[in-house]
Amino acid sequence: MKWFDYAAPRSVSEAVGLLASHPGARLLAGGTDLLVQLRAGRKETDYVVDLKRIPELNAIDYDPQRGLTLGAAVPCYRIYGDSAVSRNYPALAEVAALIGGTQIQGRASIGGNLCNAAPSADSIPLLIAMGARCRIAGTKGTREIAVENFCIAPGRTVLEAGELLVSLHLPAPKPHSGARYLRFIPRNEMDIAVAGAGVEVVLENGTFRSARIALASVAPTPLFVREAGEGLAGKPVNEAGIAAAADAARSAAKPITDMRGTAEYRRHLCAVLTRRALETAVQRAREAK
Amino acid sequence: MKAQEYSVVGTRPIRHDGADKVTGRALYGADFQMAGLLYGHILRSPHAHARIRRIDTTKAEKLPGVKAVLTAADFPQAPDRLVDLGEGDTPLSYARGNVLASGKALYRGHAVAAVAASSAHIAEEAAGLIEVDYEVLPCALTAPEAMREGAPIIHEDLKTKEFGESTGRVSNVAEHFRHVMGDIEAGFAEAEVVVEREFHTATVHQGYIEPHNATALWNTDGRILIWCSTQGSFVVRDVTACLLDVPVSRVRVTPMEIGGGFGGKIPVYLEPVAALLSKKTGHPVKILMSRKDVFEGTGPTPGSYIKVKIGARKDGHITAAQAYLAYEAGAYPGSMVAPGAMCVFAAYDIANVVIDGFDVVVNKPSTAAYRAPGATNAAFATETVVDEIAEKLGIDPLDLRLKNAAKEGTRRADGPKYRRIGCVEVIEAMKKHPHYAAPLGGPNRGRGVAVGFWFNVGLPSSCTVSVNADGTVNLVEGSTDIGGTRTSIAMQAAEVLGIPAEDVRPTVVDTDSVGFTAVTGGSRVTFATGWAAYEAAQDVMRQLKERVAKLWETDAASVTADHGVFRSGDKSMTFRELAAKLDQTGGPVVGSGAVNPRGVGGSFSGNIVDVEVDPETGKVTILRFTAVQDAGRAIHPSYVEGQMQGGSAQGIGWALNEEYYMNRDGTMMNSSLLDYRMPTALDLPMIDTVIVEVPNPGHPFGARGVGEANIIPPPGAIANAIHRAVGVRMRRLPMNPPAVMEAIWSQRD
Amino acid sequence: MPAKVRVQTIINGEPQEFLCEPRQSLLECLRDVVGLTGTKEGCNDGNCGACTVMLDDRVVTSCLVLGVEAEGCRITTIEGIAMGSELHPLQRSFLENAALQCGICTPGFIVAAKALLDHDPNPSEEQIRLWLANNLCRCTGYDKIIRAVQQAAAQAQEVRA
Repeated sequence: MKWFDYAAPRSVSEAVGLLASHPGARLLAGGTDLLVQLRAGRKETDYVVDLKRIPELNAIDYDPQRGLTLGAAVPCYRIYGDSAVSRNYPALAEVAALIGGTQIQGRASIGGNLCNAAPSADSIPLLIAMGARCRIAGTKGTREIAVENFCIAPGRTVLEAGELLVSLHLPAPKPHSGARYLRFIPRNEMDIAVAGAGVEVVLENGTFRSARIALASVAPTPLFVREAGEGLAGKPVNEAGIAAAADAARSAAKPITDMRGTAEYRRHLCAVLTRRALETAVQRAREAK
Repeated sequence: MKAQEYSVVGTRPIRHDGADKVTGRALYGADFQMAGLLYGHILRSPHAHARIRRIDTTKAEKLPGVKAVLTAADFPQAPDRLVDLGEGDTPLSYARGNVLASGKALYRGHAVAAVAASSAHIAEEAAGLIEVDYEVLPCALTAPEAMREGAPIIHEDLKTKEFGESTGRVSNVAEHFRHVMGDIEAGFAEAEVVVEREFHTATVHQGYIEPHNATALWNTDGRILIWCSTQGSFVVRDVTACLLDVPVSRVRVTPMEIGGGFGGKIPVYLEPVAALLSKKTGHPVKILMSRKDVFEGTGPTPGSYIKVKIGARKDGHITAAQAYLAYEAGAYPGSMVAPGAMCVFAAYDIANVVIDGFDVVVNKPSTAAYRAPGATNAAFATETVVDEIAEKLGIDPLDLRLKNAAKEGTRRADGPKYRRIGCVEVIEAMKKHPHYAAPLGGPNRGRGVAVGFWFNVGLPSSCTVSVNADGTVNLVEGSTDIGGTRTSIAMQAAEVLGIPAEDVRPTVVDTDSVGFTAVTGGSRVTFATGWAAYEAAQDVMRQLKERVAKLWETDAASVTADHGVFRSGDKSMTFRELAAKLDQTGGPVVGSGAVNPRGVGGSFSGNIVDVEVDPETGKVTILRFTAVQDAGRAIHPSYVEGQMQGGSAQGIGWALNEEYYMNRDGTMMNSSLLDYRMPTALDLPMIDTVIVEVPNPGHPFGARGVGEANIIPPPGAIANAIHRAVGVRMRRLPMNPPAVMEAIWSQRD
Repeated sequence: MPAKVRVQTIINGEPQEFLCEPRQSLLECLRDVVGLTGTKEGCNDGNCGACTVMLDDRVVTSCLVLGVEAEGCRITTIEGIAMGSELHPLQRSFLENAALQCGICTPGFIVAAKALLDHDPNPSEEQIRLWLANNLCRCTGYDKIIRAVQQAAAQAQEVRA
C-alpha cells in the first residue's frame, strides 16, 4: 500500500471538515472492504478518516414509535448482540450474522456494507425490503434518501465529495409483518452471495397487505423489484401468489456471468430464493403480533 | 519385535513441540528475525505468455529505501544439466527459469524481477516502478488446447519424447509414455459390459495456510545461510547451490517450522533470489509471498483430461481397462502424470491394461506435487466408471471391488508386483462398517464409495541419537515436521531403547548438522526417517550392551535388553542407571543411522460418504464421511487419524468447490481465499476414521506411509453419492452447485 | 520522510507503546514492531483467521485492523492465553486431542475458541463450527479441533459443577 495519513475525528462536523480539506480521502469504519481494496490497488488514497470515534455513527437507538436508528459504523456483532434489534428486527440481526464470519463481524458494519455498494452486498436487499432510509451529512448540511436509491453503480453511491453516511433508519415494525434475507453461497459461510433475496411482507386477514422484494448479485446495484412486491398487494397468501412473485423477481433480474456464477444459474436462483424467503417471511408475519 | 510387546509404538504421547505450537512460540519462516534485515518483493508477469523484451529498473532503484534490484541476468549462467528437485530430475535451465524468468514469461505470476528495500512496503512500491516491455503472445491453457495442431508453442526447444525416445518434434507435449499388459483387444472382446467415459479436472492448489518465505544471508565468508519453511532443506541447499553455481557445502539451510506443504513446498522459489539480493546488498534479505503470489507463483496440481474405459463380464470380473491421461504440467514439463498412471488401476487385478500418459506444458504456473500427486485425478475417473459398471451389473459396488481387488502378487501395468498389501482388508472394513448399512434418512440423499492407492517412497534419511546422563536421549534428524513426525520418529527410537517417548528429545536440524535426508513427502518420514532413528537406536543399544558388559565384567553377547532393562545372568540395570555411568565406562554414547530403505509398503484407502443434494440449487452437503486406510502399523494413531482426516478434507474441497477459475487470457480470477473456496469448519461433518493394519513386512515395525492415499477416494466417492442422490453422473471437477444444477437440468431435458 | 504515529495499547495485560506507519496493519505491528510473532499471516485479507486476536473483548482478524486503530485498545494475542507457565485448558486440550498438525492455524483457533467459550460455555457442535468458520485449517479437517473445544468446554463445566 502507498503511504496514507490517518485521522480519527470525534464529531460529524469534524469529519466533514476533514473530507473537505482532503479530496480523495477514504472513510474507514470496519475496514474489511477498504483495507483489502487498498492493498489490491483497487482503491487509492493518501488520507484515511476513521469514523469509529464519532458517537452518532456508533449508536443503536430503538424506539417503539420511531423505529431503529443504526449508526453507520456499528459493527455487526453489536447489531445482532443488541436485544432490541434481535427482538424487533430479527431479519436484520440474521443478516449481520451472515456477513463474513465471526472475526469479520467483529469489525464490519452494515453502513460500510451499504457504502461499499457491491451488487452482492448482503445487507442491502433486506434494508430495501424493510424501507430503510439513509441519513447523510456533508458540507451543505444533512439529507435523507431511501436505501434503494443510494447505490448507483458497482462500488458507487450517491455520496458526493465531502459527504458521509451517518446512520440508517428503519421504521417501527408493522403489525403482522415478517422479513427475511436468503442468499445462496457454495460453502456455508464466508462466501460472497451468488444471488440473494431480501423480502418484507405485511399480512392482513390472509392476504398480502404489502410486500417489498429486493435482490443481490443480479444487477449492477442491489435490485429493488418494485413490481414483484406490488403484484402481491391484495392477493391471498398462497403458493401460487408466492410463485408468481418469485417468477417476477426472476424476470426482473439482469445477472452477468462471472467467477461466482453464470447468468442462467443466478436467474434460476432468484426465483428459488425469493420463493423460499417469502415463505419464511409469511410464517414470521403469521407468528408476529 | 512382536506386536503385542510394543510399549511405545501404537500409543498417543503428546507431541514434543506441542508447548511451543500452542503458545505461539514455535518459529516459522516468516517469524525469523536478524539484525540489519532487508525485505524483498518479487515482480511477477501479468501476462500468461509473453516475450520479455526489456526490463528497466532505473525508477525502482531511485526510490528511497531501495537497496538492490535483480533480474534473471544476475544469475550465473551455468551450463544446463539435470538437477534433483526432490522428487525427480529436471533441467537446471527450467529450475532457474521458474525462479526468475529469462526470455519469456510463461504464466501469469511468473517471477520477472526482485527488489530489496528497508521495508516490505517500500520493496512493494519499488517493484511497481520496474518497467517491463512485454510482447504478449497467444496462450494455451488446457491439455487438449495445448496438444492441438497449431497451438502456441511454449518452449521452442521442447521436443516430444515418445515411448522413451525423442521424436525430434517440437510441441507442447513433453512426453508420451504407455504401459501395456496382456491383450487389451481380447480383454474388451471378452467383456459383456463396457463403459467408456471422459473426465475433466480443474487445477487446484495445496492450500497450505502459511505462504512461502525465505531469509538468506550471503555471509562475508562466502557461506550462504538460509532460513525458510520447506519440505526439503537438502533440496533447498542443492538447488540454491546449483542456481548460484557454488559447491553445496557453501550453503547451509536451517528449516524453520513449516505451516503446511502437501508437496507444494518442495520446489524452490525464493531462496536463490534472496541469496543474490543479500550478495548485492551485504544484508540478510527476507522475502515473503502474499496469498496471491502463492496462487499465481507457486505450483498447483495439474488440471487434467482423462478417458477411462473398463470392460467386465456379467459376473463382475473386470477383463480389460484402458486409460488416457493428459495432465497439464504448467509452464515447465514434469506434471505428475507418471504417478497418476501408476495409480489409475492400482486397486484392481486386471489382466489386460493399456495406459497412455501425456505430460503437456500449458501457460499456467509450473505444477508441483499435491498429496498423492496425479492419483486423485485418475481415481475420480476410475472409481466413477467402476461404479457405473456395478450399477449396470446389479452388483454391490464394494463387492465388485472385492471381486477384482489387487492382492499380494498382483502385477500393475507399470511393472511392479505387489508384496503384502491391504486392499482387500480396507474394502472389507468398509463393508463391515455400520455406516455402510445405516439408513440415509431422507430424499435427495445418496451414499457413494471409492478406493485409492498410493505407492509411497523410501529415499534416504539420516539420524543421530546421543545418550544424556539422566537417561534421556537427544535425537537429531533432518525431516521437516509437517504433521507430528518428530514424535513418530522419537517413538520408534524410544521403542528400541525401551524408554518412554517423553525421554527422547527430537530436534529437526539444519543441513550442516545431520546427514543427507530427502524431502518430507511421499509419505516417507515416519517410515524412512523413523527407520534411520531405529538404526541409530540399535547402534546405541549395541554400545550400551558393551558398556554394561564392561561394568559386569562379562561378554556383551550375554547381555539382553528388554523394555529399558539390561540383564545378564542374575544382574540387571535400567537404561537410566546405565546412562549415569557412561563417563566411567568410556565416555559419550552416540548412535547413528543412515538408510535408503527398499521395503516400502503402499497404502490403500477407501471412503464411504453420504451426501444430500438440494435439487433446486445443486448444492451438495456432506452428511457423513468415513475414511478407511491401511497404515501397516500406526505408530501414533492420533496422527494417522489426523492424516486421514486432513486428506479427506482436501479431497472434499477438490471435489466440491476448489478450482483455478481462469479467464481466456490466463488470469486466475479467484486468487484469494475468498473465492478459492477451501472447506471451513462449517462445511464438514466429523470425519470417522478406521485404521486397518496389514503390517508392511519391509519395515521394522510394519509401518506404511499414510500421508497421501487418503486424498484419493473423496472425489470419486462423492460423485458416486451424488449419482445415487439425484441420478446424475458428474464427470468434471469441481462438482460445484452450478455444475450439479446443469447436470440435473440436462437430465430433465 | 512522513512521520510515524505513536500508538498506546495494552497487550496481554501489559501497557505497550509502539511507533508505526498508518498503513501498517495491527498484524504487522504485533509481529514486526512489537515482536510478538505468535499471530500469523495466512492471507492478509480476512479469510483465513490465522491472524486472530482479541481486540477489546471481540475476536477480529488483525490483518484488517490498522495499528493506529488500536490506540487505547486492549489486545490479547496467543502469547497471552497461557496463565504464566501453565497452559490454558484449551491449549492442553488441543495437545491431548492432537488438534494440530503443522500448527500454523493453531494460535488463531485457540484465541477464537477461547472467545467462544468465554461467551458461551456450552456450545453445540454446530455452534462451534459456525463460530470457527472464519478460521481455516488445511491439515486436520477440523474434526480433532472441534473435539478439543468440546473437551475444554466439558472440563470447564465439571470444574464449575
